[in-house]
Amino acid sequence: MPLDRTGQTPLVEMRDIRIAFGGVQAVDGVSIDLYPGEVVGLLGHNGAGKSTLIKILSGAYRADSGEIRINGQKIDIRSPADARRHNIETIYQTLALADNLDAASNLFLGREITTALGLVDDARMEAETRKIMARLNPNFRKLKEPVSALSGGQRQSVAIARAVYFNARILIMDEPTAALGVHETAMVADLIKELKSQGLGIFLISHDTREMMELCDRVSVMKNGKLVGTERVEDVTEDDILSMIILGKNPRREAAATA
Amino acid sequence: MTDTSTERGGGPPSSPTAPSRSFLSQLELDLRLLGMLGAFVLVCLVFNLMTGGQFLTPRNIFNLSIQTVSVAIMATGMVFIIVTRHIDLAVGALLATCSAVMAMMQVRWLPELMGWDLGNPALAWAAIAAGLAVGTLIGAFQGALVGYLGIPAFIVTLGGLLVWRNVGWYLTSGQTIGPLNPTFQSFGGINGTLGEGASWIAGLVAALVAVALLFSARANKVRHEFPVKPLWAEIVIGAIVAAAILGFVAVLNAYEVPARVLEREFAARGETVPEGYTAAYGIPYSVLLLIGVAVAMTVIARRTRFGRYIFATGGNPDAAQLSGINTRWLTVKVFALMGFLVGLAGVVAAARLTNHSNDIGTLDELRVIAAAVIGGTALSGGIGTIYGAILGALIMQSLQSGMAMVGVESPLQNIVVGSVLVLAVLIDLIYRRRVGGK
Repeated sequence: MPLDRTGQTPLVEMRDIRIAFGGVQAVDGVSIDLYPGEVVGLLGHNGAGKSTLIKILSGAYRADSGEIRINGQKIDIRSPADARRHNIETIYQTLALADNLDAASNLFLGREITTALGLVDDARMEAETRKIMARLNPNFRKLKEPVSALSGGQRQSVAIARAVYFNARILIMDEPTAALGVHETAMVADLIKELKSQGLGIFLISHDTREMMELCDRVSVMKNGKLVGTERVEDVTEDDILSMIILGKNPRREAAATA
Repeated sequence: MTDTSTERGGGPPSSPTAPSRSFLSQLELDLRLLGMLGAFVLVCLVFNLMTGGQFLTPRNIFNLSIQTVSVAIMATGMVFIIVTRHIDLAVGALLATCSAVMAMMQVRWLPELMGWDLGNPALAWAAIAAGLAVGTLIGAFQGALVGYLGIPAFIVTLGGLLVWRNVGWYLTSGQTIGPLNPTFQSFGGINGTLGEGASWIAGLVAALVAVALLFSARANKVRHEFPVKPLWAEIVIGAIVAAAILGFVAVLNAYEVPARVLEREFAARGETVPEGYTAAYGIPYSVLLLIGVAVAMTVIARRTRFGRYIFATGGNPDAAQLSGINTRWLTVKVFALMGFLVGLAGVVAAARLTNHSNDIGTLDELRVIAAAVIGGTALSGGIGTIYGAILGALIMQSLQSGMAMVGVESPLQNIVVGSVLVLAVLIDLIYRRRVGGK
């Protein structure tokens, strides 16, 4: 645990989370936490349980057991709407955009701005989208087109804008750069740093160990549904993390224990 | 929705005020709509030529309109069903059940129970309320089977196709029920029209509202500093729309009530027809009903959260769910709305025939689905328009009655209609691929 965090209440605490699908224990007694202004990376092979764990926090799945605390308060997340109420926003690997709708409709999906008559106010939503896009991605112009016509980076900025616009305090990013080119990846990295400096807590899932070392404060490694360990990035090397992912143990800690 | 936005029409992204744009592109019209209108006009002109001018007479246009209403009303609901990636094969059968309930209410149950006279207008309204309620409830029930129990809509409504037609049969013991109440019959077409003066007033109001909407949309865009099309383009479109509305009214007003019908009407009141007296039918109530449905459904599709969620769910069900949309309940609502519209279409269909027969609405499911699909609704979900479905219904009906007028044998009529359906979808697919949509 980072020393300067003692006494501070974590933004998010997930304790002893378990979930099984059929006979498979997808997440098996995992505990992780996240502090304001911190980026915690989740690493592990495909099927290690990272995405499942994070979907419990975002309300897509419900845990079989375990508890979730936000700012020290125990909460119950039963649906994506519940998660949003606690200012938890998720950017999914699959982007979760409706391809046939335009950027504004996607940004406000489920939370449309309405007029006094209760009708959706497309003009205002488009104006708001214009504003936030000018901040996040000034090159973004295709406001009227279905998002299926956008590039990977543009789609990603719509997804990120959605989280930022609604004042996320906890942001979950599942492989945010997987589909992006070099330039767009750099853009997303800058954005993560900016959001972090604004005090958001970010859970980041990625396969790219080097990227994680650069962006994260701490990394939690999972294997076969279990937590291998959580380390501060300055305490470990890329090789240490790789062996945690592959072997399921941290060689440095093993060495320390036997010494 | 988004598929109507003209910017999607491909080509390089030019700035909205670029001077290089052609006359047509400055009008920012929907290419697909133009294509469908073109096809419709072509069908009309060809049949008019083949029938020696009989097809485009006021009388035939009047008949075409009232024949289209029932299928067109249901087609607007089918758009939502197909957009959410479902299908409803039970609409024709459900129409028979609704019609049976309404017929029994006004001819047997209520007169026996309440002792009301068969001509009492209250009978019609009570029957209509019952028919709409039955349609909505059965629709919601089918929607719940699809949404909450996860049975594919194809199966639920295939079962419904058999179930509801025969529930209708049991309600009437297989008898034809009629004649229906006169107030009820006025929703069928020729037995209920606005007359000349009121039709002109309705037409003028509609034209004014349409133009006002165009300009308020423009004002709204200006307020948010969005690009707008040139003012002259706005005026041209407004003029075309107003002319189309008033032209339609003029045609319906040109269809005069035959002299012997007038004689009968006057004789019923113990009078004789004055010398030189004529009267026109004007807009049928059923057509007004369709226009009302079209406006309401368009507002739902474009301007309500319900409509937005329908299209979002069709485009990406997972995204909709992750955005906090209750897609199961949405399915129930969409099917309930379809059921309500089936009830409404049942009023028009039964009233037009002046009685309820057990085969009412037979094969309507295919006509309704075809109308929606010809109108540009994509079976892959997420794309479709209300006006497209109505135009699709109109094209189908024109083909069918045009061929009947020309004397095409009925088996060949069906062969042609079937082929047109497949061809229309192919053309739509090619169009979509070329403009780079899905």
